[in-house]
Amino acid sequence: MAHVNNDIKTYKGFRAITLLCLVVLYAPLVIVTIYSFNASQSITNWEGVSFRWYADVFTGPESAKFKTAAFNSFTIAIIAATASTAIATLAATAMVRGGNFKLRTVSFGLISLPLMVPEIVTAVATLIFFNAIGFTRGYLTILVAHIAFCIPFAYLPISARMQGIEDSFEQAAMDLYATRRQAFTRILMPLMAPGIISGFLLAFIVSLDDFIITNFVKGAGVETLPTAIFGSVKQGIKPNIMAISTMLLSVSVVMVTISYFVSKSDNTK
Amino acid sequence: MPGNTTNAIDVRNAVKRYGDFTALKRISLTIEDNEFFTLLGPSGCGKTTLLRMIAGFEDVTEGEILLFGEAIAKLPPHQRPVNTVFQNYALFPHMTILENVAFGLEMRGKSKAEARTRAGEMLELVQLTQFAARKPSQLSGGQQQRVALARALAPQPKVLLLDEPLSALDLKLRKQMQLELKHLQRETGITFIFVTHDQEEALTMSDRIAVMSAGEMQQLGTPTEIYEQPRNMFVADFIGETNLLEVSVDQVMNGRATCHLGGGQALTCNSVEGIGTGAKVHMSVRPERLFMSDVPVEAESLKGRVAENIFVGTDISTLVDLAEGPQFIVRTSNSDRGNKRIFEPGSEIFVNMELGAGRLLMD
Repeated sequence: MAHVNNDIKTYKGFRAITLLCLVVLYAPLVIVTIYSFNASQSITNWEGVSFRWYADVFTGPESAKFKTAAFNSFTIAIIAATASTAIATLAATAMVRGGNFKLRTVSFGLISLPLMVPEIVTAVATLIFFNAIGFTRGYLTILVAHIAFCIPFAYLPISARMQGIEDSFEQAAMDLYATRRQAFTRILMPLMAPGIISGFLLAFIVSLDDFIITNFVKGAGVETLPTAIFGSVKQGIKPNIMAISTMLLSVSVVMVTISYFVSKSDNTK
Repeated sequence: MPGNTTNAIDVRNAVKRYGDFTALKRISLTIEDNEFFTLLGPSGCGKTTLLRMIAGFEDVTEGEILLFGEAIAKLPPHQRPVNTVFQNYALFPHMTILENVAFGLEMRGKSKAEARTRAGEMLELVQLTQFAARKPSQLSGGQQQRVALARALAPQPKVLLLDEPLSALDLKLRKQMQLELKHLQRETGITFIFVTHDQEEALTMSDRIAVMSAGEMQQLGTPTEIYEQPRNMFVADFIGETNLLEVSVDQVMNGRATCHLGGGQALTCNSVEGIGTGAKVHMSVRPERLFMSDVPVEAESLKGRVAENIFVGTDISTLVDLAEGPQFIVRTSNSDRGNKRIFEPGSEIFVNMELGAGRLLMD
């Protein structure tokens, strides 16, 4: 049989489509980043490089609002990521090490379903739930909602990691007089650490960036960065929004990069 | 019945079932203190299951396991004073070699310093002192194997369990490790239970061997007994090479049987308990207990034609098509060529059994 070249690069239009996708995806980000350094009051006219809008974020008329929102966003992200990572670690331990229990497939579906459900559905459902139990909306409702929807994001890297760890390590530990708990803390946890860190960072970013669910469940006057930005934008886009967006973007890029490298590091070999 | 405390392990009527599948069918055996004991059998025979039941990784469906007289079948693995060398070694990848070896001692409540000192001594015993600070992945397979051994021996278990620990090593290293294991067992005086599917390995190292197949114990004995007096067809066939002939038994007296082949030729051979007059059974004879001649020299001479000579280093294996029966293998040692003749393929010859070489087998 003749050799068939299936290399995707030989397909017609491959280059054009790729470039188009990259431009659509990244051009807005690049433009926002560039214009955040604009000296002009206007968001469209370029008048030279300046850090005035970064200064404006911290000292300008809206700085108090952004500071509170940033505080809320980061505390919620840290607490939600920590709690959801702990829950996801326990879930992964049960799912991967629990043998073939009856509802295993169902459990896996339940854990990962929120990834597939449109976020607006989760948002509405969460809001209805809080109303039904009479939970006054505010900082706490945001936190609880974030813990819940961050679990699947934390779960995936953790369980993937755990599946790669043979159970003979824990057996060897127990054979060497370690209790089940010691085998978990001394052997399994250190081996899982890259997955856990990776899961934590993902959950952190997802929580920090979330807008839809937060917007639904937040109480009046409680803002996170995304909702605060949205509120400002409604009164007209000013260059300080670009500065704050660029800062958020760099936090995301750093986190995702760390997550990528941590999950690739392998201490089981 | 109180346990006999001189036995390292007493397995009593142990049964293991997984749903409908029975992996172990009522096994009973006794392993003495200080013994190098081997569980030998093909894969799926239940040998590893039995080992894992002793270690505590598998429940015992029925029956009891005693360790120096104490019932352990219900104890979790960490409460059993036995240690395992795993097939894939299972060295903790995030710990150094020294930390690996010290782990069991620390878990037993030794101070960190004490555990490390003792771990250092163990590394000396297996000649790996210079690798103490390395990680397992930086060691070769043979070195990892020795670390696994040191780690399992460090807490001074009452019994050491070895689950096919040499199967990942190349032939030369395996032979060397066989001897090292044997020496280590004598030095430490710890009872070793060794699982393998390699019959040569079992014969080389063991004090006693339990041959297993399909969840049952086929024979228990010293390597010599297992090789020279196999009890049944499975053992004769699994251990070493053998030639089998179908015979009808005419008479059994004082452990000797007179029998005849299908064509009527009479033969005498050793019998085993349980075989009586009139039985149709198999006779086994090892290839090295046969020799060839151009005229019949014994009562037990079988006519045949040489098919092929195969040179295998120390020996020559000759395949002979018997006039009445299957193909036989005759093994002639190269050092014995002065006394024993080799014939060209096609030669009409007689295959002769040494006195007492033939042996009847239960099916």
